[in-house]
Amino acid sequence: MNITEKILARASGKKDVVPGDVVFVNVDKVMVHDVSGPGVLAVFEKLRKKGMVIDKVWNPDKVWVAEDHFVPAADKISAQNIVLLTNFTKQFGIKKHFKYGMGQYGICHTLSHEEAMVLPGEVYVGGDSHTNTTGALGAFAAGLGHTDVAYVLLNGKIWFKVPETLFFKLNGKLPDHVMAKDLILKIIGDIGTDGAAYKTMQFGGTGISEMSVESRLTLTNMTTEAGAKSGIVEPDQKIRDYLAARGVTKYDEVHGDSDAHYEKIYEYEGSEMEPIVAKPFSPENTVVARDLSSVELDKAYIGSCTGAKLEDLQAVAKILKGRTVKIRTEILPAAMSIFRKAMDGGLLKIFMDAGVVVGPPTCGACCGAHMGVLAKDEICISTTNRNFPGRMGHIESQTYLASPLVAAASAVTGKITDPRDLK
Amino acid sequence: MKGSVIKYERDNIDTDVILPGPYLKIHDYAELATHAMEGLDKDFHKRVKPGDFIVAGKNFGCGSSREHAPIALSYSGIKAVLALSFARIFYRNAVDGAFLLPIEIDESAYKDISDGDSLEVNIAANEIKNLTKNKIYKMKPFPELIGKIIEAGGLFNYKP
Repeated sequence: MNITEKILARASGKKDVVPGDVVFVNVDKVMVHDVSGPGVLAVFEKLRKKGMVIDKVWNPDKVWVAEDHFVPAADKISAQNIVLLTNFTKQFGIKKHFKYGMGQYGICHTLSHEEAMVLPGEVYVGGDSHTNTTGALGAFAAGLGHTDVAYVLLNGKIWFKVPETLFFKLNGKLPDHVMAKDLILKIIGDIGTDGAAYKTMQFGGTGISEMSVESRLTLTNMTTEAGAKSGIVEPDQKIRDYLAARGVTKYDEVHGDSDAHYEKIYEYEGSEMEPIVAKPFSPENTVVARDLSSVELDKAYIGSCTGAKLEDLQAVAKILKGRTVKIRTEILPAAMSIFRKAMDGGLLKIFMDAGVVVGPPTCGACCGAHMGVLAKDEICISTTNRNFPGRMGHIESQTYLASPLVAAASAVTGKITDPRDLK
Repeated sequence: MKGSVIKYERDNIDTDVILPGPYLKIHDYAELATHAMEGLDKDFHKRVKPGDFIVAGKNFGCGSSREHAPIALSYSGIKAVLALSFARIFYRNAVDGAFLLPIEIDESAYKDISDGDSLEVNIAANEIKNLTKNKIYKMKPFPELIGKIIEAGGLFNYKP
C-alpha cells in the first residue's frame, strides 16, 4: 500500500484497502472557519428542526477554528458570523479558536502547519477546499462541505472512497529563479483542472527531498486546482524538524511500502523548470512567464495560503530590496506568526520602502470578498491559487497566477516579468 | 422526475460562478438562491422553474468546498444536474446534503439534449427520457453507497 492507502486503512480499522473501496474513517482533526462554521451551524439548525438534539461535539479537543475569509469583518453579516463562531466554540468547549485581534490568527491552512494542528499519519478534514495543503506534513488531508463537516463533528467519522494515487517525481533541485508554485502550475497545465479528479497527488523524488516544508505546502495546496481529493508528501527529517521547532515530537508516521501501487508516475527534471504563469480564467491555462512580457498590470497581490508564507515573503523581499513598485501592490502575510517573522527579519521595511501596502492576514481579496477586490477590466498578478471569472472581484477583471518571485518582479516593472529579466 | 433543461455547453463550471465569493457570508438558503449562477448567467434566477435540470460539460462544480453552490441551485428549484463529470466536493455536498442529484451522462446524451428540452429522469432504471425529442439515454448508475445515501435522503438519515 502507498501512504494514503495505509492511513485510510488504519483509520478505518482495516488490514488493507485498495483504490475504489468505500470506507468510514475515524477523523483525527477537523477545522471550520468563518464561512464553513456558520454553514455547519445552519446544518445543525436544520437537524434540530427535525428533532435532533445537538448539545455536544464528538471531541472538542480535535476541533479547531479559524477566522480568515471575512476578517477584518467586512460588513454587518460577516461581523455577525464571527459572533456565531465565538458562541459555537464557547458552547461546545472548543479551545483552539484563533481569533482575529488576539495574538496568533491567520488563514486556516497556514495555521494548520504553523501551529502544528495536524500531524503525520493523521486523517484531517476541513470545511475548505484547500484543506489538501496540510498533506505536505504526511497526513491525509481533504476538504469537505458543511453537511459532511457537521457529520464529522457529531460522529467523529466520515466516508471516503479510497483514491487512486498519481505520483509526481521531481528529479533534482529547482533553479533559484523557480519556485514550487511554478512546478505546481506546470503540473496543472499538463494534467488539467480535472487531471487528478477524485485522486491523490503524491510528490516525491530528490527534488522534493531537497525542498523546504513551506515549498512542499505550496504543491499540496494547489492539488485542489487539479481536482484532487488530497495531496501528500511522505514525512522525512525536514518535517520532523519543522514540527519539533513547534514543540511536537510525538506522532505516528506512516510510510508507503516499497512495492506500493501508483496509478501513474509523472517525472519532472528540476533543472528544466521555468517561471510559469496561469492566464485568466483557469489555473490550467499556463505558459512560461516570458511569453507574457507585454501584459500590462494594474495590481500585484502577494497573499493567501498559497503564496504568503515566510519563504514566499523572503523571495519577494529579495526582488523588492532597493526597488520601488510601479503598480498597486499589497502584501498580506498568511498568519500573524509569519507577519512577526517578516518584521523581525526586516522584510516589512523593505516592502514599505518599495511603496507596498502591508495588510493583515485574510482570504479577503483572494476570494473576491473584500480588502482590495478588482474593478472591471483590471488586471492583477497574484500569488493565490484560482483565477476563475470574478474570483478576485469584478466578473470582467483578470487574474494571472504566478510565483512570489514573478509577482514581485512584475510589481516592479508593471508588466509580467520573469525574475531573470529584471534589471 | 420531470422538468425542463437549462443547458450550459461548457466544461469546468466552477463554484465561483455558481455562487460568487462575496455571498459566502450568507447562510439563508432562499437568499442564496437569488444569486445562483450569477457569475455565468445573470438571467438564471428569472428563468429557472421548480423541477428544472441543468445540463453541462465535464468537471461541474470545480473549485471551492462551498456548500452554498448546491444549496443555491437546489433552492432555485434545480432537482438534478446532468453533466459529463463532477468535481468531488460538489458531488458529495449535493448527495450528503440531499440538495440535488448529480447525474453523470455520456457525450452523446450531452450533445443531443438541447436547452429547453423536457426530460424525465428515472433513477431506478438509470434512464433519462427526452420527451421533446422522444429519445432515451442511459445515465451512469450511482455507486452503491451514493445510491443508499440518496435513497435515505442524505448522509444524516443514512445508517452505515
